[in-house]
Amino acid sequence: MEILEKTDKIHEDMLKTFEQKIDRGDAIEPRGHMPDGYRKHLLRQISQHAHSEVIGMQPEGNWITRAPSLRAKQILLAKIQDEGGHGLYLYSAAETLGISREEMIDQLHSGKAKYSNIFNYPALTWADIGAIGWLVDGAAIVNQVSLQRTSYGPYSRAMVRICKEESFHQRQGYEIMAKMMKGTKDQQAMAQDAMNRWWWPSLMMFGPHDTESPHTGDAVKWKIKRQSNDELRQKFIDKTVQQAEVIGLTIPDKDLKWNEDKRHYDHGPINWDEFYRVINGNGQCNKQRMAHHIKVHNAGAWVRAAAEAYRQKKEKQLLHL
Amino acid sequence: MATDSQLMEWEVFMQSKPGANYIHAGSVHASDKKMALQNARDTYTRRGEGTSIWVVPSDAIVASNPDDNDMFFDPANDKVYRLPTYYVMPEGAKAI
Repeated sequence: MEILEKTDKIHEDMLKTFEQKIDRGDAIEPRGHMPDGYRKHLLRQISQHAHSEVIGMQPEGNWITRAPSLRAKQILLAKIQDEGGHGLYLYSAAETLGISREEMIDQLHSGKAKYSNIFNYPALTWADIGAIGWLVDGAAIVNQVSLQRTSYGPYSRAMVRICKEESFHQRQGYEIMAKMMKGTKDQQAMAQDAMNRWWWPSLMMFGPHDTESPHTGDAVKWKIKRQSNDELRQKFIDKTVQQAEVIGLTIPDKDLKWNEDKRHYDHGPINWDEFYRVINGNGQCNKQRMAHHIKVHNAGAWVRAAAEAYRQKKEKQLLHL
Repeated sequence: MATDSQLMEWEVFMQSKPGANYIHAGSVHASDKKMALQNARDTYTRRGEGTSIWVVPSDAIVASNPDDNDMFFDPANDKVYRLPTYYVMPEGAKAI
């Protein structure tokens, strides 16, 4: 009984020290004490984020061979390479919490770990590549800029690195859209069509409204999230509306209008039924995305095995010298 | 045949320009030194961020525990004689 009380006291003290650190704004580092809930929340969020970067390579990869010019192809390749890199930064950050890369990939394949819903939508035309860069990466940037100040050191450092690279992504997408809007009637229609299809899913990327978001409480208290879903979504809308106007695109929301009192745009209702339908596996591309990841992962097994066998051979040779 | 694995973990340190300190950039996975160096190059220097890279097996790193910081990094403020301002210089002495 006495021992139990002592252990409780130790745990209480550790939690207090942890929360003091958070309140002071100190970063939490891998080897320091952290509550289980903090670790779990981070693991879920960082692995989701990492998987999103990697799965996000698929809709864009779909257009590499059909990019309209050599310049466009080079840019797209560089962008997709960046996304792969971002996935790696984030997997590494998650690994500092004691999960292995194998476990994360297994969780992705089994459906236990999620990735961003947005990548379950297809990239149907070249304008979609513009819309993805401008809107999807644009929404991601708003979220990631905020996460640069997240309390977990390795996650924050990965975000700083990612943010440095992301603005190229958004600008290249916006450039595609701007170019198409200066083109023929058909090209303009294609750009508007992409806008119509990507706008609402981009708003959904920020997650459910604050009143409906199950994880927000602890995440804000522990400074994992620095701003709420609705705050970030509002920020994205406010800056994107003007960009759309400049190039002559219409935002597909008849309720969208400037609210002078709030100094923000009001927007129409988001179709959360669609959001939950897609998250629960019934989007247009869920099965395709996962099947492709599993196929490529399995097809690459021999490369990893060969690398490992080569290392073992080299080590043996060294020992016999 | 070896079983499937995601290969060893390595820590990457990068020097941003000649003469600068090496700073931790992140980690990579690789089966051996050569692959670790190549992966570090591909992952962390796509935009000329560095002029030189070190890679070190992650399990070779020994790290202090942040929970021991008070004891470990006690600034020893009682040992003021470690600071140059502790010493009284003769009036008129220059460049010291």
